[in-house]
Amino acid sequence: MSREALEPWHDRALWFVRQKRDRAARTVAEWEELRQLASQIKAHTMSRLDHYLERFERNAVRNGIQVHWAADAQEHNRIVEGILARHNVRKVVKSKSMLTEECGLNPYLQARGIEVIDTDLGERIVQLRDEPPSHIVLPAIHLKKEEVAALFEARLGTEPGNADPTYLTYVARKHLREHFLSADAAITGVNFAVADEGLFVVCTNEGNADLGTAMTDLHIASMGIEKVIPSLEHLGIFTRLLARSATGQPVTTYTSHFKRPKPGGELHVVIVDNGRSAILGNESNAQALHCIRCGACMNTCPTYRRSGGHSYGYIVPGPIGSSLGASRDLKRSGADIYNCTLCGSCSNVCPTRIDLHRQLYAWRKVYVERGHLPPKKRWLYRAGAWMLRSPVRARILFGTAKWATRLLPRRLLYHPANVWGRTRELPEFAPKTFARLYKERTREP
Amino acid sequence: MSGSRVALFIPCYINSFFPGVGMATLTLLERFGYAVEYPEGQTCCGQPFANSGAHEEARPLAEHFVRTFSGYDYVVAPSASCVATVRRHYDPYVGDDPAYAHIKANTYEVLEFLHDVVRPESFGVSFPHSVTLHQSCHGLRELELGVSSEVMLPHYNKVLNLLEKVEGIELREMERADECCGFGGTFSIHEPEISTRMGIDKLDNAEATEAEYLAGFDSSCLMHLQGIARRLNREIKCVHVAEILAGTVEG
Repeated sequence: MSREALEPWHDRALWFVRQKRDRAARTVAEWEELRQLASQIKAHTMSRLDHYLERFERNAVRNGIQVHWAADAQEHNRIVEGILARHNVRKVVKSKSMLTEECGLNPYLQARGIEVIDTDLGERIVQLRDEPPSHIVLPAIHLKKEEVAALFEARLGTEPGNADPTYLTYVARKHLREHFLSADAAITGVNFAVADEGLFVVCTNEGNADLGTAMTDLHIASMGIEKVIPSLEHLGIFTRLLARSATGQPVTTYTSHFKRPKPGGELHVVIVDNGRSAILGNESNAQALHCIRCGACMNTCPTYRRSGGHSYGYIVPGPIGSSLGASRDLKRSGADIYNCTLCGSCSNVCPTRIDLHRQLYAWRKVYVERGHLPPKKRWLYRAGAWMLRSPVRARILFGTAKWATRLLPRRLLYHPANVWGRTRELPEFAPKTFARLYKERTREP
Repeated sequence: MSGSRVALFIPCYINSFFPGVGMATLTLLERFGYAVEYPEGQTCCGQPFANSGAHEEARPLAEHFVRTFSGYDYVVAPSASCVATVRRHYDPYVGDDPAYAHIKANTYEVLEFLHDVVRPESFGVSFPHSVTLHQSCHGLRELELGVSSEVMLPHYNKVLNLLEKVEGIELREMERADECCGFGGTFSIHEPEISTRMGIDKLDNAEATEAEYLAGFDSSCLMHLQGIARRLNREIKCVHVAEILAGTVEG
């Protein structure tokens, strides 16, 4: 479990964001229709993904954008490094991109002598701490301001003990400004790529993508194949949903459209598959590609809020991360796909209506079928189902348990092996079962 | 309509731990003129296995369920999550069995049955107590007994509609009324710390209303919450909504 696990403040901070989302969504009368439309647009686009990707490429190239295709993370990293090397880039400013996290781009470039500065404030904080983000929209939500103050004191020389957020933000801004001014290239993610126009859209609240790309002549955008949408008329549906779902804002502060390189500059888009085609081919989980990375499923997830983002086995945590992680390495994702009560809240908040809890339900089936369940649990399920399959055996099972709870001394009954009983009293057996009461009742005249 | 043959499905743990919830269900159905039978030979619906991914184990239980409950007009059970399993997750096991098609369309959670099929004017009971309602997830989001707080559709809640017909009851809404209580079936054993934390939070929210009763419509949530409440000597009393409607809540 993560260090923020079971911390009431972590739960409350994220619940606060969930409530902001509720209030923002409620201001849009057609909210549920928007979700439905978004879901349909994604489903349509995914069903003709090759067509729309090639259309995007054609139009982007016409606009002067250089388009690259990467089958996997390694190829993506090699392509990015190649472009940077051709321009003798020593320092890159990067705005938030979960895809570059997924590909491990930072360590890859750093190992080759290229300095990478994450410019989103939360991302910069976790980068200075040398740890991954714990949330896709709020990367440092697992930290308290005092911890950020201590980190900045050690790394940026802030006043000891000053945890005033305005002060800390001011220092971070100054610190990042220096990097913006001295960087040779900018890397961004892609929120939406519009096929008809050959343009792409990057959404941030801090303007860091804009400043980075404005200050340098080389812009590389990393884009997953699922980011393409057909045309501009669809874009508004997603931008209306994205910020409201993510943080409860009507729209992201910056919703920047990139269509062509600046005069004398270069604009590259690296389109990455890295396992996405496999997800597309998996009927029960294909909808995972509809994700627009708003993080709403994390904020609403009762177990995410209490276990923390770093407790997950995949770089994207929470409900969507558990599903994506399972499609990458099912065996390793076991703890994630079972860290879920199937409450269904995630599926209801998802702006593109991904059936998240049903995906985890589906993944559990595959997990068991492939024999990943620990033998002890497998045996328990087998034995339990065998006992319950026959009404007679079920009666014996419950009858035995009833007498055990009556006869065994408390210290045996609440032996640590009784996981339930560590924090909870066992339910009490009633003197008579319902079946018994029913029989006695019908016997009476 | 009254006179219809209703089969009562009493999930295994309710049979042993909460027979009063079963009796309340029976009382309600008979009060409104239904011929109720409790088919012998019924056992677990398979939910714990299906939800855990153990479908090989769930399948024979689903087949057994369909055999046991064939031939009735309705199947009614006081457990939202078991009903959700029967209605939403049985297709891979018994999807092509015509008997299942009838069961799928006619299996109801008891409150849903009262609200949608029986539609009584009144229950003829009074419950002069303050009550806060936990909106159990499977009832709310799988059976759609109400609109959950995430969904931006006009508000309705079938369970509250029914409770409002009880004389003297004072309903108090808790914070995060439809946040999961942390039971989650085998989740409660897989992740005991998180499960318990969620349960304590639910109890805290319920107790903040200073209501005498914490009502729910899934006994499994209540079993988990009661287990924590008893361990921590919390005062609030857990009760199933059906018991309130039947007027069978024990002092």
